[in-house]
This record gives sequence, C-alpha cells and structure tokens, in this order.
Amino acid sequence: MGYFAKFAVPHPSPAIYASMIAIGVTVFLVIFGLTYFKKWVYLWSEWITTVDHKKIGTMYLIAALLMLFRGGVDALMMRAQTAVPDNKLLDSQHYNEVFSAHGVIMIIFMAMPYIMAFMNIVVPLQIGARDVAFPRLNAISFWLFFMGAMLFNISFVIGGSPDAGWSSYFPLADNEFSPSVGTNYYMIAIQIAGIGTLMTGINFITTILRMRAPGMTLMRMPMFTWSAFVTSIIIIFAFPVLTIALLMGTMDRLFDTKFFATTDGGMDMLWANLFWVWGHPEVYILILPAFGIFSEIIPTFARRNIYGYKSMVISMVVISLYSFFVWTHHFFTMGQTAYVNSIFSITTMVIAVPTGIKIFNWLLTMWKGRIRFTVPMLYSIAFIPLFTVGGVTGVMLAMSAADYQYHNTMFLVAHFHNVIIPGVAFAVLAGSTYYWPKIFGFMLNERIGKWAFWFLTIGFSLAFFPMYITGLDGQARRMYTYSEATGYGPLNFVSFIGTACMTISFILIVYTIYYSIRHSPRHVGGDPWDARSLEWATHNPVPEYNFAIIPQVDSREPFWDAKYKGHELFKGDYKKIHMPNNSGVPFIMSAIFFVFGFALVFSMWILAVISLIGIFICMAHRSFEIDHGHYISVEEIKETEVKMGGNHK
Amino acid sequence: MKVDHSQPLEYSTEQNRLNILGFWIFLGAEIMLFGTLFTSYFTLVDRTGDGPTGVEIFEIFPVLMETFLLLTSSFVIGLGIHAMRLGNKKAMLTFFAITLLLGLGFLGFEIDEFIVYYHEGATLQTSAFTSMLFTTLGTHGAHVTLGFFWGLFIIIQVAKRGITPETANKSFIFSLYWHFLDVVWIFIFTFIYLEGMTRV
Amino acid sequence: MNIKWSLLVIFFVIVTVLTGCDPLMVLDPKGPQAQTQANVIWISIAIMSVITIVVCAFLVFVLVKYRDSKLPKDYEPPYIEGNHLVESIIVGVPILIVIFFSVVTIISNNKVEATPEKYKGQDPLVIYASTSDWKWHFSYPENGIETVNYLYIPTKRPLEFKLYSFGPITSFWVPQLGGQKYAMADMVTTLHLAADEEGEMMGRNANFSGKGFAQNMFHVEAMSQAEFDDWVKEVKDTAEPITEAKFNELLKPGYTGQLTFTGTHLGFSPAPEHDHGSKDANEDANDEYMEHKHAPSNSKAAPQNNHE
Repeated sequence: MGYFAKFAVPHPSPAIYASMIAIGVTVFLVIFGLTYFKKWVYLWSEWITTVDHKKIGTMYLIAALLMLFRGGVDALMMRAQTAVPDNKLLDSQHYNEVFSAHGVIMIIFMAMPYIMAFMNIVVPLQIGARDVAFPRLNAISFWLFFMGAMLFNISFVIGGSPDAGWSSYFPLADNEFSPSVGTNYYMIAIQIAGIGTLMTGINFITTILRMRAPGMTLMRMPMFTWSAFVTSIIIIFAFPVLTIALLMGTMDRLFDTKFFATTDGGMDMLWANLFWVWGHPEVYILILPAFGIFSEIIPTFARRNIYGYKSMVISMVVISLYSFFVWTHHFFTMGQTAYVNSIFSITTMVIAVPTGIKIFNWLLTMWKGRIRFTVPMLYSIAFIPLFTVGGVTGVMLAMSAADYQYHNTMFLVAHFHNVIIPGVAFAVLAGSTYYWPKIFGFMLNERIGKWAFWFLTIGFSLAFFPMYITGLDGQARRMYTYSEATGYGPLNFVSFIGTACMTISFILIVYTIYYSIRHSPRHVGGDPWDARSLEWATHNPVPEYNFAIIPQVDSREPFWDAKYKGHELFKGDYKKIHMPNNSGVPFIMSAIFFVFGFALVFSMWILAVISLIGIFICMAHRSFEIDHGHYISVEEIKETEVKMGGNHK
Repeated sequence: MKVDHSQPLEYSTEQNRLNILGFWIFLGAEIMLFGTLFTSYFTLVDRTGDGPTGVEIFEIFPVLMETFLLLTSSFVIGLGIHAMRLGNKKAMLTFFAITLLLGLGFLGFEIDEFIVYYHEGATLQTSAFTSMLFTTLGTHGAHVTLGFFWGLFIIIQVAKRGITPETANKSFIFSLYWHFLDVVWIFIFTFIYLEGMTRV
Repeated sequence: MNIKWSLLVIFFVIVTVLTGCDPLMVLDPKGPQAQTQANVIWISIAIMSVITIVVCAFLVFVLVKYRDSKLPKDYEPPYIEGNHLVESIIVGVPILIVIFFSVVTIISNNKVEATPEKYKGQDPLVIYASTSDWKWHFSYPENGIETVNYLYIPTKRPLEFKLYSFGPITSFWVPQLGGQKYAMADMVTTLHLAADEEGEMMGRNANFSGKGFAQNMFHVEAMSQAEFDDWVKEVKDTAEPITEAKFNELLKPGYTGQLTFTGTHLGFSPAPEHDHGSKDANEDANDEYMEHKHAPSNSKAAPQNNHE
C-alpha cells in the first residue's frame, strides 16, 4: 500500500471522487461500445493509423471540443465559488487546482488543437495540395498532443492536479511550496504536447512554401493560409524556449538542480522571463489563425474581396515579429528600471497599430458588400467591437506605471478573456460552423446556432465586463474568496450569471451538433456558402486525394473566378495519384511517450528508462523503414469523381 | 517517384527536397533551443553560490581534444558527402565510420570531463552555474549521442541498399545535423570554456 | 441587433448602480503616485473610448447600409483592392496615438520610480516589507520597531519600501497609495510611495503564492507625523522585542493576526543583497541591513549591485 500511496490524490473531495467514477464508467462504456459494435478494426485502420490531414484535423477538433467542456466546467466552478463572499463551495486548495487546470487546458489543450484542426483541414485544400509535406510527422504531432492532454487530464485523479497557476512561477512551483506531483504533470505533459506543436510548425512551413498549386504565388495565397504560415514561423522560434524552460523546471523538481532555486545562486526570475518569452508569442499563435478565419468568413458573407490584402499580410508579419519584443509586459512589476519598462511599454503599444489596421480592413471589406447574417458572420461581426474593447484595454495595460495598479487584478483577467474569447473562441466556433459541411457533409442548424451565439455573446459580456471594475476596486486574481466588506459581491454575482449563460451556450452548441446529425439534409454539395477560395472547389465529402486534378491558379480568388469569371480551374486529364500509407507507429510511439511522462511524474526511473528506449526503438524503426506509399489508379479516380458529381468547374 | 537527374541525388525527388527544407527549418528551431540555453547560461554564469566557478574547474587539454575531435569529424563527413556525390560507396562509408568514431572519442572526453567535475565538487546540484553548465554541455552531448546512433543506422542502410535517392537524402540531412552540432560546439568552446577560463 | 444593444445598455446601467456611489479604489488616490497612475488611467480610458466608439459607429453603419435584405436583388459588390490614402490614415492615426502614449508612459514611469515630487528634499522613511507564507512583516529600522500584518505610516513624507520575500514571489500593493511591486527571495526591490491624507486603506499581496494567498492582506493606516511618532513611542514602551526564535516561529506557514514588536529582524536576518528598481540603487550598497556576501576571489563583481 505504501508504494501506491504516491498515486493517491493529496486533497480529495466529493467532486474528485465523482470524477474518478465518471472517468471509469466512460472508459468502460467506450471499450464496451467498440467491442459490441465491432468497431476496433475500423477505429484502428481509419483513425488511429491515419496520416490524412483531413482526418487528423477532425481528431484535433473533437479533442478540442472535449477539452472545451473540461475547461468550461472549471470556469463554472470558479465563478460559482466567487459568486458570493466567503463561499464554501471550493476550498483554497481546490480553487487553486481548478484555475491552474483551467488555464493550461484552455490554452494548450483546447485553443491550440482547435487552431491545429483548422490548419490541418483547410490549408492543404486552400493551396490546392493533396496533403501536407510530412503526413507521418503530422500524425505524430496529433498523437503527442493527445497523449500530453491525457497525461495532464488524469492528474486530478491520480497524484494530484497542478496548483501553481497556468504560469507556474518559481519558487511557488518548486518542491518546497508545491510538494505534490501536480507541477510535475504540468512540466511534462506540456513538454510532450509542445514537441507535437513544433513538428506541426515545421510541417506547415514546408507545405506552404513548396506545395502550392501552380500559379499560386505567395501574394495570391488565401488569408487563412498566410496566417497559418506566419503562425508556424512563430512556433519554430517560440516553442524551443518553452522546451528549455520546462526542462529546467522539471530538473529543478526531479533532480534538485538550482536553476530557479532560492539558494545556491538560483534565479526565480529566470523562469518568469523564459516562460513569457514563449508565452507572449504563444498568444499570437492563437490569435493570428483566428484573424485568418475571420478573413475568410467576412469576404464570403459580405460577398466582397478582402480589403487591403497587402496590408493584411504585412500586418500579420509585423505582429509576429513584434510578438517577440514585448514579453516583459507580463511582469512590469518585477523590479526592472523605468527605462526597461518604458521600452517594453512602447513595443507593446506598437503592436496595436498593425492589429488596428486589420480591424479597419475587415470593416472596409463589409463596406459596399452584401452582408448575410449567418452564424459564422454573426460571430465575426460581434468579434469586431468586443475584440476592439479587449485590444484597447491591452494598450491601457501596456502603460507600465498604470499597470502597477492593474497587474494581477481582475482587470487583467478581463482583458485577456476579452481578447481570447471574442478573438479565438468566436473564430473557432465560427470556423466550425463554416467548415462543418466541408468536414462532415452536412450543415449545422442555423436557428439553434444563433441562440448559442447570443447566449455566448451576452454571457461573455456579463461575465467579464464587471471584472474591469472589480479589478480597479482592488480585487486581485486567483483569490478563492473575498469578504463581504470588500463589496465585490454583487459584480462577482453578475459574472456568475454570465458564466451560466455561457454554459447554456455550450449546451446549445452540443445540441446544435446533435440535432444537425439527426435532421440536417446530407449531400449539400461542395460549396454551400457560395465561397471564394479553393477548399470549396472540392466535393462533399472530400475524397482522400482532395483534387482529382491539381487546380490552376491565376488570381487571389481562383474559385470565385471559376464560378463567375470563366476561369478554368481543372485542365488536363486524370493521372494516377501517389498517396502515403497509414501507419501505427505515431500512435504507438506517442503512447510510449505517455508512459515515459507518467514514469517521470512519479519518479519511476526504471520505467522511464525502459520507455525512453522504446521511443528510440520507434525512431530507429522509422529510419530503417521502407515505405513508398501507394497509388490511386486512374480508374479509381474516375469512379470516385463520377460518384461525387463529376468534374467541378 | 520522379527523379530529376540534373540535381544532386539528395535533391533529386520532390520528397527529397521537402525533407531537406523541413530539416533546415528544424535546425532553425534548434538554434532557438541552444540560444535559450546560452542566454540562460550567461544569466546564471556568475551565480556560483558556495560552489566552484568556471576558472576553477575548466581544463584546457580535454577541451582542446574535444574541439579537435569534433571539428575533424565535421571535416571528414564533408569528405563523406563528397564521396557520395561521386557515387563512391566504399569511400563514403569509410569517411562516415571515421566521423562516428571521432564523435565517440569526443563523447569519451566529455564523459571523463563530467566525472572529473563531479569529483571536484562541481555537480549538477551544486549551484545555478553548475546546473546550467552541465545542462548546456549535456544537451549538446545528448545530441551528439543521438547523432552517433542515427549515423550508425545510415551506414547500415547505405551498406545494404547502396547510394539511392533515399539513402543520399538521409545521409545529406545527417551531415547537416552533424555540421550544426559542430557550429554549436564552437560557440560552447568560445563562450563557455574560453570566456570562463580567461575571466579575471 | 436591437435586442443586443438594449441588453448591453441595461447591463451597463445595472453595473453602474451595483458599484454604488463609492469610487473604485484605484481611481480614489490618497497619495501622489496613485494620483499619477489614476491620471494615466483616465487619459487612456478617454482616448481608447474614442477609438472604440469610432469602430462601433462604422460597424453599425456598414451593417445597416449593406445588409443583404435591404439591397436591390441585382446589386453585385465591387472588387476593391484598397486605397493608399485610407491605409495611411489607419496606420498614421494609431501611430500618433502610440507616440502620445509613449511620452505619457515614459514620464509616468519615471515618476513612480522616484521620490514623489511634492515631497522631494525630505528624508524618506525606509520600511522593509517582507512576506512569509502568508503574512506580512514590516520592519522600521529608523524607529527600531516591527509589525506583522498591519502598517502605520506618516502622511506627507516620502516612504521607501524595501520589498522581499522569505518564500514565493509576492507583491506589495496598497491600491490607494500607488501601484504594486514584486517581493522576491533573492533580491530587494524598492517602491516609492507617499500618503497625502490621513485614513485607513487596504493593502494586500497581489501575486498568487499558494493556499493562504487570499488571506495575505494587511491593514494600512496613514496618520500625521506627530501621531505616528506617538505610536512608535507607545510600541517601544509596551511591546516585546522580536527574538530570532520568535521570528523563526513566525516564518512557518500559517496565519497570524496583527502583532507588534520592538527591534527588527533585520539584525539577525538581513535582507538579500541585490537591489532592483530604485534610481538611487547605489546608496543602498552601504545599507547595513543588506546582506553582504563575501564574493569568491575570482568574481568579476566588486560592488554588490549586479543587475542580473
């Protein structure tokens, strides 16, 4: 029993016990269901071993939605606890675990995979390619993310959840002040997922640089592809910093090194610096693809080309470059001189300029257009004023003297949710609705979707705008409770009401999906929205090879031109198509990574060494492997094309 | 698979070109990785607590040997790739084998160096400086170790399958990796050892 | 659309009513640094509101004018690449705003990192504020007394807080006096504040430091210099001295109420050696309450003011 004591949760509660049971029941039901319906072979051959970018993107999407549920439940618990003064719903330890998990899950395991989902599904189609440059590596990226997410998610039922905040500052995150294995989970799970993300960055830069359809110059690429390209470059330069930071944090905790220690020359400030050198570009990794999605949706539903294409591209490049020059604004109060703080204040404010350009360009795209109020467009329209408010509060925060009052208060919490929710969350929900027919072959119900949209927008405003005020009134963030005398009660209660509305919105989103699966007509064709770019020039569902004939491009909107200006997209005859083979190695190697991570978390060294050797064996296997893929014959292509409705012109 | 005979073999197919571009991008990420290690090293270099400083533990002889072995191995692998371009399988394999042996020699000196430090009271846990020193040197050494096995696998594949577009591609990419580690070593030699040994 | 706007209006009315008539702490400054910060906040709110309103107005305009339902059936939107004049404006105006704010920032940054203008020339009162899980220790070396979890300060005199921590990074924050600054374990940071008027204020740790973080608060009271001196005298007459044993007991994680001592812990437990963030950093090198570690002979640094 003594050996197994380390796996026990240090601070159990009824909610945690209930979750343990729920997890057990769910796992059992899944295994039972797969066996009963005889779907194991299907699951393995169609999904677990796939290297198809569309399927990988779909898996990212499903995982992100599941993580949205977990992160959202965390948020609901937090706001319920702080809804009234001196509440006893969650004690301090549990509240700390909940907000730490909420932050990590929403950013690393919900927003990142959601972005990856769209990059995977859309980019190859938008550039007229058949897959990404490295399909195997793509699968590895997904499974590493999945295993990192699994590792993080079991922490609260085995060993204990991290509780030092999503930024996990040292010395708080060191063994002395965070003795449970929770912070080990943090360091290692994020590390594993981060490796996957880095692989994605390499994959998409190569894909976008070398696999575009003939005639598609860089300045003819769709906006979303540009955003994916710029984002991938940020990933290459930002994620290695996190890799080292997490490595040093892991070593401090597992091997008693002195990087961030309070003795023997350690420097706790170094963690904060390294974390945010990664952390700030990270939020631009999230927002730029979101901007890309809005740049696809707004032209489609305003029926106009994007205004100021060149400046839209340049602004994204400038934003990505500047994102590396602002990190100190996350800790203006850490004791730098006025000179240093002034520099970072200015660089931070400068980023507002290219962002502002984008807002005005979107407005000018709608100008003189024909605006249709579909669900994706509603999200895009609400994004503009709400994100502007969030952005201008960012400029306010950038002024470091004032930031001495805002820092670590609810004002800050309001600001970053005010940019992430209308920015990233609205974009991925809009994108889900917009691309749903392309991925699944049917439309999501508009009526229910609109209800979900309104509940989310109003709920978001009710939840977060009061925080600007309580922050200015002295309410710090990460406080599990407050006394009645502070007077924070009423506005916190309003926040709770807002959170409840957002919860209803999530339920409605789930219901939209369920209802649409049951009632939406299938076979809506490849272009249900009358859109403008190449991904809509494919059939529904998209065949394995994407395009039977690689399209010819001679403008920024080749599909629109093909529909309305007589441009010929698909010239020539069918030729046999070369496609990569499926493989089980990405899944297997990632599963071994899970074991390796789990072993490190609990300092089980022998298991760690064995699993590390297992990982290297997988890599060696890949080195010796000869796999030339397979060919799809011309006959098979003809058959598929006829079945799906002939040549798409 | 279309082979373009006007290009060197390692660039001769589309997948080959994609692989090489992808690897250069990976090297960009590796530059950031080592850059972060170096930045952290410069931040922590004077934070020696009660432990020894660089001047007190760095010895010129092993460092010179490590430099000589690694730099020579980089030159030799250059010869190996040249042999590959000429289609000379035997010469290529010989040069690759020498490269790996020199790499092994480098690792031998480095492991010995770490053991000596340990006995002198400079351990991984002694101070922020020593933690950073071992982690930086160790990350580079781990990369060399991984490279040793990777190179070994490539030698086996070329021996068995000959010089084909695929094996040429893998060999070339491996040589890029090996040269990169050499460049990192030059920075280590200059900014960790030399700078450390000449401090007043 | 109309529903949304009316709901938002209702929301703002509710919010205004709910905050009551009490001004928000940060916007109710009781000291010159907080006043500077409040001024910066108001200027930024004003200009940012203008930008937000411009964006919202334009959005409403395009939505109303170019709705699909209200346009003629045959209207086909034109292809518009862009316009150099328009783009110059949407780049130029924000740049001007950023330049303006940059000037404001540089000026206010330097103000909050120095002794407040109106009290320059006076001798600052140096107070060491340190945290241990989850309490505040205030040491007054000039007066030879120490308090736990409450802070009495004289009005109209510059205060120089030396901040550090015995554990995780914390943050010293009295919203009505001015902004916060981190207190850390391996160095001392300096925060310049002053109180203009007498009164009670809230102070707290603003940086999450674990289980007891929410309780890591302290009571602040500003009083005239004469009253302050009387209080110091009373403490010296009635309070017990702080001993090393007692202090080590206090350092253990837990919650104590408000305590008072004569003497300070700085004698037997000096503050860490590096100083950060004060323009007069060099003066503190000679501060007898900072730890002077004997640097190894080959260390590059002779003065103890390495800014890492």
